[in-house]
Amino acid sequence: MEDVLATTDGIIDVHGADQEALVEILREVNEVSGHLSREQMQRIASRLSLPLSKVYSVASFYSLISLEPLGKHVVRFCQDAPCHVVGGQQVWEALEHELGIPFGATSLDGEWSLLTTSCIGACAVGPVMMVDSDIHGNLDPQKVREIIARYRGEERSGGIV
Amino acid sequence: MIRSTVLVSGDPISLSRGAEDTRLAIEAELAFYGLEDEVRVGYTGRVNRTDVLPVVVVYPEGIVYGPVSPETGATIVSEHLYKGRKVEHLLVSAEVASAEIDTLGVAEDTLYAQKRVVLKRAGTIDPYSIDEYIAYDGYFALGKALTSMTPGEVLDTVKSSGLQGRGGAGFPTGLKWTFVAQQPESPRYIVCNADESEPGTFKDRLIVEGDPHAVLEGMALAGYAVGASEGWIYIRGEYAMAKDILNHAITAAEELNLLGDNIMGTSFSFHVHVHAGAGAYVCGEETALLNSLEGERGIPRIRPPYPTVYGFRGKPTVVNNVETLANIAPIILNGADWFRAIGTERSPGTKVYTMLGDVALSGLVEAPMGTTLREIIGIYGGGMKGGKAFKAAQTGGSSGTIIPAELLDVPMDFASMREKGVGLGSGALLVCDEDTDIVDLAYVLVRFFKTESCGKCTPCRVGTAQMLEALDRLRKGMARRADLERLEEIATYVQQASFCGLGQAAPVPILTGLQYFRSEFESRLRD
Repeated sequence: MEDVLATTDGIIDVHGADQEALVEILREVNEVSGHLSREQMQRIASRLSLPLSKVYSVASFYSLISLEPLGKHVVRFCQDAPCHVVGGQQVWEALEHELGIPFGATSLDGEWSLLTTSCIGACAVGPVMMVDSDIHGNLDPQKVREIIARYRGEERSGGIV
Repeated sequence: MIRSTVLVSGDPISLSRGAEDTRLAIEAELAFYGLEDEVRVGYTGRVNRTDVLPVVVVYPEGIVYGPVSPETGATIVSEHLYKGRKVEHLLVSAEVASAEIDTLGVAEDTLYAQKRVVLKRAGTIDPYSIDEYIAYDGYFALGKALTSMTPGEVLDTVKSSGLQGRGGAGFPTGLKWTFVAQQPESPRYIVCNADESEPGTFKDRLIVEGDPHAVLEGMALAGYAVGASEGWIYIRGEYAMAKDILNHAITAAEELNLLGDNIMGTSFSFHVHVHAGAGAYVCGEETALLNSLEGERGIPRIRPPYPTVYGFRGKPTVVNNVETLANIAPIILNGADWFRAIGTERSPGTKVYTMLGDVALSGLVEAPMGTTLREIIGIYGGGMKGGKAFKAAQTGGSSGTIIPAELLDVPMDFASMREKGVGLGSGALLVCDEDTDIVDLAYVLVRFFKTESCGKCTPCRVGTAQMLEALDRLRKGMARRADLERLEEIATYVQQASFCGLGQAAPVPILTGLQYFRSEFESRLRD
């Protein structure tokens, strides 16, 4: 807990304890911790001299910020029209089938969260999904199975594969 | 002594196809031949034809290879850079254009006759090098303005150029600037809207990733014209690479005194800050963006007062799109008449499009305003994929309109499109062939708005949910004629009663879909 709050403090120090930096602080803390805990929001509120309700209100608004713990790997599949018209529906079904969870859920073993995202601006290689911070394009059901297997097989993070 | 420069495309698409390994292989091969001091290797951000990514561009010849793997990258080094022989079979193929394409986008009017104003440098320079930007006329316009023009003259030039906002609405840029310049209050601010979230649109990302200084120079010129000394770039949280490039560019410009205090020794100072969002489509709406910039929920404010009067921190603020700002320096450098000679009378200049869907070639295209959709698809897109028939195009992202085949020959500029009841929007062109299910397409488009509705106003929050439910019943064959009538009614209410552009746009796919493809909707009815 102390570590997590120290990280939170570090991020606040970089941006300055000012409400204008609140959205960036929340996103970065979330990025480092995987989600935003009540303790972290309390720390941000007290450092920025804001009511906790304000911090919660802003944090709950943005889709890149999660108030619930997510799985070890987070899949964000683009559900918008450009990806849809090039076979997105089949990929959607393949993801649910492969991970054994519906969209919006986290697997019981805490390994996977399956979420949707709005357009991530990689439309020319649709259908597109993000696994953690990696972008995968030109997806089809077969490729989905291969990609998921790769993450199951090895630990990895960062970069675009 | 550097004799050649090799640029590897470093956009996300190229990186997803192994561009990083290609670059490493090229560097290793250069070291093997002892060429590492003679050949400089860098990344470039531009995408033109996505089918040939990753590309490798060799300068000074301007030869373009693609797609390049680590193995073929090594071949390019041993053959082209070491032995001096062009590797014919790795050149970007010219399957569509009649001319041979081995100088992809280097010379204007060679590739698909693209007219490049905004994308002139993107892809030909290293976005991390301010020197390369300067070598291509970079910061000349700012120098010209600061040393030989008054702020009023800069403003007048932009006004008489006829430039219209490229974010979608097409509002005259010069007029917007004038409103801010006329305000008695100060400080004033320049905000660059880089919260590009319209599905199918990624032009702003590629402009920023390919030519970041063009945006910064445009902002500084805007600041000079309206009397602002501080600017903010609001970029979406998902665009990590673009953000990094911008921050790097700002630091480089400050070191050379092209941004910061007393720019080029004059009394004009201008500072730029980058602020990243955290995932919310509605923040592309300018007042929602300003709220988010101030650390609030990104919900829209009531207008008027417009940001030109009551903007960032309650002060007069110019909010311009990335592409709009990238047009400013060329206009100041070449003059309003030069700009007016491009495009149409009512919409001068060019437009950057992202072409997607069932076309042979997808990617980024810059064409003069007034180019028709048929020309864009036929000439730039290489025709329909698999020779199928065109059914509809969806312009301007989800908030755009569905365009049927009968409008293929309408000149694409803001006024002409508006006259036909359709919109140019952000520049996304989602092309759909004969197999496309229009009801299903409308469902997906409306689902986007239901997800992204911020919840502030009832017509949008509740209306998008009701429209989505009705469309779902329709596509499953469960709806009756009365349900379709009800859907149309709700769509009209949502369009008229919503608080901001998001809600007003949400019913457009339904309404334009019904206007042009009513029989498809009716064929799904139970009765």
